[in-house]
Amino acid sequence: MELTGAQALMRSLEMSGVEVMFGLPGGAILPVYDPVLDSSIRHVLVRHEQGAGHMAQGYAHVTGKPGVAMVTSGPAATNIVTPLCDAFMDSIPMVVVTGQVAMSAIGSDAFQECDTTGITMAVTKHNYLVTDPADIPRIVAEAFHIATTGRPGPVLIDLPKDVSNATMEWYWPDDVDLPGYRPRHEVDPAAIAEAAQLIRTAQRPVIYAGGGLLKARAAESLRELAEMCEIHVVTTLMARGVFPDRHPLCLGMPGMHGNYTAVTAMQQADLLINLGARFDDRVTGNPAHFAPGAKVIHVDIDPAEHGKVRVPDVPIAGDAKVAVEALIEALRPSDGSAATDEMADRSAWKSTVSGWQEQYPLSYDQPSGGHPLKPQYVVEQLRDHTPDDTIVVAGVGQHQMWASQFWQFDHPYTWVNSGGLGTMGFAVPAAIGAKVGRPDRTVWAIDGDGCFQMTAQELISASAENIPVKVGILNNAYLGMVRQWQELFYAERYSEVYLSADHPDYVGWAEAMGCVGIRVESAEEVVPAITKANAVNDRPVVIDFRVDTEEKVYPMVPAGGSNDDIILGPEGDADAALKGSAPS
Amino acid sequence: MSGAQGTNLSPEESAVVSLPQEPDLHIFAAIVENKFGVLARIAGLFSRRGFNIFSLAVAPTADPSYSRITIVVDVHNTDVNQIAKQLDKLVNVINISELHPSDSLERELMLARVGAADLEAVTEVISEYGGEVLDHADGEAIVSVSAHPDRLDRCERQLRPFGLHVLQRTGRIALRALDADEPAVGMTA
Repeated sequence: MELTGAQALMRSLEMSGVEVMFGLPGGAILPVYDPVLDSSIRHVLVRHEQGAGHMAQGYAHVTGKPGVAMVTSGPAATNIVTPLCDAFMDSIPMVVVTGQVAMSAIGSDAFQECDTTGITMAVTKHNYLVTDPADIPRIVAEAFHIATTGRPGPVLIDLPKDVSNATMEWYWPDDVDLPGYRPRHEVDPAAIAEAAQLIRTAQRPVIYAGGGLLKARAAESLRELAEMCEIHVVTTLMARGVFPDRHPLCLGMPGMHGNYTAVTAMQQADLLINLGARFDDRVTGNPAHFAPGAKVIHVDIDPAEHGKVRVPDVPIAGDAKVAVEALIEALRPSDGSAATDEMADRSAWKSTVSGWQEQYPLSYDQPSGGHPLKPQYVVEQLRDHTPDDTIVVAGVGQHQMWASQFWQFDHPYTWVNSGGLGTMGFAVPAAIGAKVGRPDRTVWAIDGDGCFQMTAQELISASAENIPVKVGILNNAYLGMVRQWQELFYAERYSEVYLSADHPDYVGWAEAMGCVGIRVESAEEVVPAITKANAVNDRPVVIDFRVDTEEKVYPMVPAGGSNDDIILGPEGDADAALKGSAPS
Repeated sequence: MSGAQGTNLSPEESAVVSLPQEPDLHIFAAIVENKFGVLARIAGLFSRRGFNIFSLAVAPTADPSYSRITIVVDVHNTDVNQIAKQLDKLVNVINISELHPSDSLERELMLARVGAADLEAVTEVISEYGGEVLDHADGEAIVSVSAHPDRLDRCERQLRPFGLHVLQRTGRIALRALDADEPAVGMTA
């Protein structure tokens, strides 16, 4: 059967199991948009190519399936570089197809030409420039294989217009043949045995649960390991929900804005069991002072993570679920007795940890009368007045930290955010992608006013496509996190951070985009507004929560400082500059 | 990338950067798919991870669908294992191994245009290194030497007094010696 390259591409996407794609047509990708009309794949038309990329990411986050986006050449390709980099940093499986000028025009500075494979080489797991339509099925099959196996990541396929128009004889490859790509799935039994021995003898062990556990679909295995060994679990920003916050062994989020117990338990641990995390600087603070007394077991499917930041005592290369199950197997006594019978006595450690939890819970001061409205209060009310399995999506900044801190994540794949790259504007499009992937779930974006202004136009896409996401803007009229740093580290010299609460008029803007717009200015209006928003199911809703402009995120570990120097609240502000520098 | 084969180095600098026994120079051999863009991927990886390429030589293997790359890396402040593991993540890299100078055979080719007012003296130096004079005219000669990079450094220093007008070195290539043990770092070669 003879197909054009364009038809072969769509057919290959269908063969790869794609159900939804996000995109926006243009010159060089025009040939492919014609067979889009005949395809079984749902296409969501975006308003900006960055939105297509973040939607694909949100979709991938909540479904575990690769997100797919398709855009044209040149500026469209450059617009999707940010989502590619975001997906690369957070190991999100994604396949992006970009149009390219005709092969004969490549290198001639043709209209809407850019060196897309060159530009994206550093932000993709792999990329392809297709030069022959006969290669399309093979390349698409390889792209999905690479994106979804090993450490997941984004793969880009750059498709010149003449290759789309040329014809090929259709085939679908039975297998992929990539001699240089051999992701390691299985784990070394000797390393597992060594790790198990460290776990048995540790007196102050902490499981440092990372996003790799979610990628490996290992939440249940993690729970079994933690419960069997009675070891506390911290869940990184990328791993919120992989272990239930309500679980007695859950210590919550560690890191720069982690809670005191999570941060301090890691600092004072004698064993860190890192499962699919990468010792990110936002978790470790100054790595030279991070968990100084801890031995380290490091499970990662990417062996290059071993020793990149911290040299592990026991590196375990392989799939996190395989590794956790192997650890369970190694630690489970054959005679049916409790695994903890063979482990060191940790009662003193447990009581120390529960003492910290009691003494240093996450907190904020709720003013009498509810004015000014506290952002944390808004997050708590959203948490308490939405379904238990609501998917929460955040942008980047203060609101993201408050959402992570004050939401209670009890289910995996209910938290979507931009961790590594820290992409402002992520929330609105990622929430739309998440809702497309899980239409059965309530999806709330908790966004900042600065973030919202970066990508809000995608709510038009959501209105047009009947994707009823809900957005709560914690509108503090500032680029709040930057403001916080300027307050603490730049002597309250506020430089270019004021945005105004009133401009834009968020309610008017929401309505102009076909959404329901609601404004909330006081604590008593919060719950009725949330209830009203939850009742809207035929269009997106935006709530403009006017929150305290001066509220800051605590606890805080100043960048470059030690996690021992955690600042718990405003009373510690005076020491902030002494303890570290402005976060970088 | 910093190429150390330029002509503007003083003898002292030249001696410093090209000493093969420098503890922070490591040799990696990679077999890669012979496709366009692969070299850019490798160069880009080195640049974005902050690894410093000292020299690089690439050519197709006996099987033209693959190329063999010899990369000499200045691993100052870099974990050698990180370099190998990051390289191995590139889809087009089939395998990567570290070659230790003690159990490898290394060669490098040098072409130079030197002052040859005394052609006999130049020829004497070149012969000592097994090289040859390829061309001479108007008091200049073009010489060619293939040797261990260590020996090439010495040859280069001996040629300097004649006037080293143009110098081109290829960067080293290396193969594991037949009786050498398998590499400690990662993968097969």
